[in-house]
Amino acid sequence: MNLLATIGRLFIAFLFHTGRLAIFAGQGLSHCVRPPFFPRLIGRQLIEIGYFSLPVVGLTAIFTGMVLALQSSTGFASFVAEAAVAKVVMLSMTRELGPVLAGLMVAGRIGAAMAAEIGTMRVTEQIDALVTLSTNPFKYLVAPRMIAALVALPILVVIDDIIGVFGGFLVGVYGLGFNPAVFLHDSWDSLRTLDVASGIFKAAIFGFVVALMGCYNGYHSQGGAQGVGRATTNAVVSASILILTLDYVITALFFRA
Amino acid sequence: MSDQPQSGTSDKAASGPAIRMVDVHKSFGAKNVLDGVSLDIGRGESFVIIGGSGSGKSVTIKCILGLLRPDSGNILIDGNETTRLRGSDRDELMRKFGMLFQGGALFDSLKVWENVAFGLIQGRRMDRKLARDRAYETLAQVGLGTDVGELSPAELSGGMQKRVGLARAIAARPEIIFFDEPTTGLDPIMADIINELIIKCVKELGATAVSITHDMHSARKIGDRMAMIYGGKLIWVGRTAEIDATGNPYVEQFIHGRAEGPIKMEVRG
Repeated sequence: MNLLATIGRLFIAFLFHTGRLAIFAGQGLSHCVRPPFFPRLIGRQLIEIGYFSLPVVGLTAIFTGMVLALQSSTGFASFVAEAAVAKVVMLSMTRELGPVLAGLMVAGRIGAAMAAEIGTMRVTEQIDALVTLSTNPFKYLVAPRMIAALVALPILVVIDDIIGVFGGFLVGVYGLGFNPAVFLHDSWDSLRTLDVASGIFKAAIFGFVVALMGCYNGYHSQGGAQGVGRATTNAVVSASILILTLDYVITALFFRA
Repeated sequence: MSDQPQSGTSDKAASGPAIRMVDVHKSFGAKNVLDGVSLDIGRGESFVIIGGSGSGKSVTIKCILGLLRPDSGNILIDGNETTRLRGSDRDELMRKFGMLFQGGALFDSLKVWENVAFGLIQGRRMDRKLARDRAYETLAQVGLGTDVGELSPAELSGGMQKRVGLARAIAARPEIIFFDEPTTGLDPIMADIINELIIKCVKELGATAVSITHDMHSARKIGDRMAMIYGGKLIWVGRTAEIDATGNPYVEQFIHGRAEGPIKMEVRG
């Protein structure tokens, strides 16, 4: 009997949080498209999410590209060729690893920061203060972060793709002794619009997910410093899980039809 | 500029109380925090709600402000029902209000003057330069010099943060100002300075003031009328001068700060 009650309680809690998240997302999105906008705040977030994430995301990308080249050449040693290595690097970076790794890194960097900042504002009554100053917290805090993340992540991923392929090129030419011109030519040949477009689409969705989970968990945090800590953890974990789940769903939509 | 008549007071001549609460209930889960609160607060009056921790003081003013939505009952501001207001109507109503938060609740990402000007720039779309001038004027009103304006809130002492919070609450010249524990966490001298400032600012604006506090010295000083809340109900409402002769054992225990009496403090959260 107790087991049933526990399952029931968990199920109700799940429905409660899902519903609250859906309403939060809807409200946030509706404020993204309705004026007034806060260009100054959007700009600040763009710099924070896009520009300051470049080093982390770039480092991840270059080493991922290098590892991809190395693995594909040693793993498929019997039929190794420039074309195969170039294709593996290009395809993996643009379709999968570019957006997913950038999404995960930004979730750790930005999702956590958003949850901590908004969570602290919640527990120190700064969000209530916004309301008493006739300012909607969704408009002032949530919408600028959502817009900035939606815009910044695709741009980050394009840069990410380029750096990743460059990493593959470095290993291919200097580590494996491939001819640079042939390797570049093979890379160019395996570059497909749909792959890049699907990656950019994923990036936009992942950006939205990171901002949503960061803002949502921060906004509903309670119970002082511990609550803010919990919100931060939840924001990163839930954003990461959602990114990996949605990655599968979007891949299936793009490439299985 | 402080001696000019405040803006947005066209309906001030309307009769009836500034704030009327009718049988307001609010609970969190199984905990009944407000259990049928009814209250009238007159225009231009300074009203103080006293009560112990967890008695429902904060929830009462958060319900009036619309930060919390009551489960049932009505809250009328200037005779208009407000509990179901949303969106731009709610924003419009908020312009009548100013609030001084217990911890100050200053925006730490902004400078002091930007905090004070926030309601003017964001809420009222005032020009940034004008708002800045008004912010410095208001800071001077609460006794802070121009050098403070460029600092960040984290660089200020507790008493100065309270002053900035007060300046932010009155910068837009609201009709109704709320004070949440204005003297908590301050030394007795600073507490009295804040009390004096509250009295001065409220009088200059001609505003209605609603304060919640458990500091009896502060309550006696700033309040025209008082109410005591206990267990989610108002157990006494009357003029400040009458509080020593209520004959109500709950009120007496509270104002004399006795551990023994009918009020049992919840020791466990």
